[in-house]
Amino acid sequence: MAMTDVKWTADQPIVSLKDVRKSYGSVPVLNGISLDIMKGEVICIIGPSGSGKSTLIRCINALNDIQGGSILVEGLEVHDPKLDKLALRKKVGMVFQQYNLFPHKTALQNVMMAPVKVLKENPAEVEKRARELIRKVRLEGKENSYPGELSGGQQQRVAIARSLAMRPDIMLFDEVTAALDPETVKEVLVTIKDLAAEGMTCILVTHEMGFAREVADHIYFTDKGVIVEHGPPAGFFANPTDPRTRQFLSQVL
Amino acid sequence: MWLRPIPEPDARVPGHMDVLLPRRSHQPPALNWREALFNPLTLTLVFAALIASVIGTAWAQDGTPGQASIPSVLLKWTPLLAQGFGYNILISVLSMAVGTLLGVLLGILQVSPVFVIRKFAWLVTQFFRNAPWLVLLFYAILLIPFQVTIFGVTMPFPGWLKAVIGLSLPVMAYMSEYVRGAIQSVPSGQWESAESLGFSRGQTMRMVILPQTVKRILPNWMNLYAVLTMATPLVSIIGVDDIMGYTRSALSAEGRPDVLIPMYLYVLCWFFIYCYPISLMTSRLERRYSVKL
Ligand SMILES: Nc1ncnc2c1ncn2[C@@H]1O[C@H](COP(=O)(O)OP(=O)(O)OP(=O)(O)O)[C@@H](O)[C@H]1O
Ligand SMILES: [Mg+2]
Repeated sequence: MAMTDVKWTADQPIVSLKDVRKSYGSVPVLNGISLDIMKGEVICIIGPSGSGKSTLIRCINALNDIQGGSILVEGLEVHDPKLDKLALRKKVGMVFQQYNLFPHKTALQNVMMAPVKVLKENPAEVEKRARELIRKVRLEGKENSYPGELSGGQQQRVAIARSLAMRPDIMLFDEVTAALDPETVKEVLVTIKDLAAEGMTCILVTHEMGFAREVADHIYFTDKGVIVEHGPPAGFFANPTDPRTRQFLSQVL
Repeated sequence: MWLRPIPEPDARVPGHMDVLLPRRSHQPPALNWREALFNPLTLTLVFAALIASVIGTAWAQDGTPGQASIPSVLLKWTPLLAQGFGYNILISVLSMAVGTLLGVLLGILQVSPVFVIRKFAWLVTQFFRNAPWLVLLFYAILLIPFQVTIFGVTMPFPGWLKAVIGLSLPVMAYMSEYVRGAIQSVPSGQWESAESLGFSRGQTMRMVILPQTVKRILPNWMNLYAVLTMATPLVSIIGVDDIMGYTRSALSAEGRPDVLIPMYLYVLCWFFIYCYPISLMTSRLERRYSVKL
């Protein structure tokens, strides 16, 4: 019997990965990833395409299962097949590259839907909170617009508000600006920066190196399913030690 | 499907390949023969002309003394034919309702994560989709008892109800395929984002995926209904009352071979007038959605 209610206290890592292994069929994608994240920390995962960054953060959210190692999120054993997924999803929010808003619902309905239908919260209270969140992502006045009527950047901010409506403790962002025009990238990054400043624990996969340097407490560089190098941004960008990191940085900077 | 006119790209729509066309502001737009032929107005006029000419010739030949004119014969039997047509509509509506309900369920089962369920639903779908409707009707008549006893209450199971069940089977199978296709056309990101928000699989299907499939299914569904309606005369073969059976009775009561062709043409018109607007609406919907998505 797995211990699913290990007491978690704030002095322990809020997310803890130990030797995580994952393969798609016979193709190994994660080859022993270990990392610890403390509450309120912002970490950025960078690395070449196909190195397993998306897979890694999807495993934290149990969207993918793992074949080896362990993942703990606030004491919840994510790798346990008997995991209470709903309990995990109340703690962890996720934002995707392609926004994935529900196209048949307005912005407000998108934000309200999960708390009302999944958590069975009072719709009137949820609506109040949803309107506040929409204001917070600076989309006042767009409450009744459908996703198809919003720009990419606006849709992505609704997606962030939708995730926040579940009041998660940890937010996962998977290349959330990769599909956006250069001008709209900034408005989404500002939203994330606000969140980070408020103390939200954030795990970001990003190609925006400038942004990573600015907001991250810690940078992880992955290649071929392993963490090659990690450290605080100042040191990481100034003196990368591994040749693979140096080569990657020379290409993207 | 054979009912659906293929939407033609309209060269006169502003912005559509305009650059390639020379400016012809005073010339009338070139007449597209296909467009002109399938124009609702043209078609209706053609049909009206056809009916008028049949009735007209019938009138002209109407020289035999002591015999009623053909239009008056048609008029005389109209209440009976209308009643028969009412049965056709009733059977089509009920079969459509039952078939749609079962088809949606079967379509959802076709994307079940459980292999056995998925395969079973697929098999049922393929079986009924590739079976002749008339054969299914025969089986419905043969296999369903003429009365059933549920909770000690014995209820008769009339022929028309059996026909409804027989016809709902192919409708179910077609719907199942439409629903499966539409569900699979929804991007997988919708499933993932719903899952990450804590929705269960059933909730995701009900609240996120299925509502998005409606637009895609609707034109097919309407088309299917028109096809089903035109197939309802099949029930007359298995002895269920409908417009065809009543027409035969009327014809044998009259005993006049000259009424035969006008009467069946009259029946055709009933179906045309009922089904044509449906197929028009279908192609209009299709065009609208194909532009939007
Ligand atoms: N569902 C899947 N089935 C099989 N292989 C997959 C699947 N998803 C990802 N992969 C493979 O796993 C590897 C890692 O993919 P992943 O999406 O995690 O990379 P990534 O680092 O996020 O890349 P990118 O920067 O391009 O998003 C890739 O080689 C990819 O082809
Ligand atoms: Mg990725």
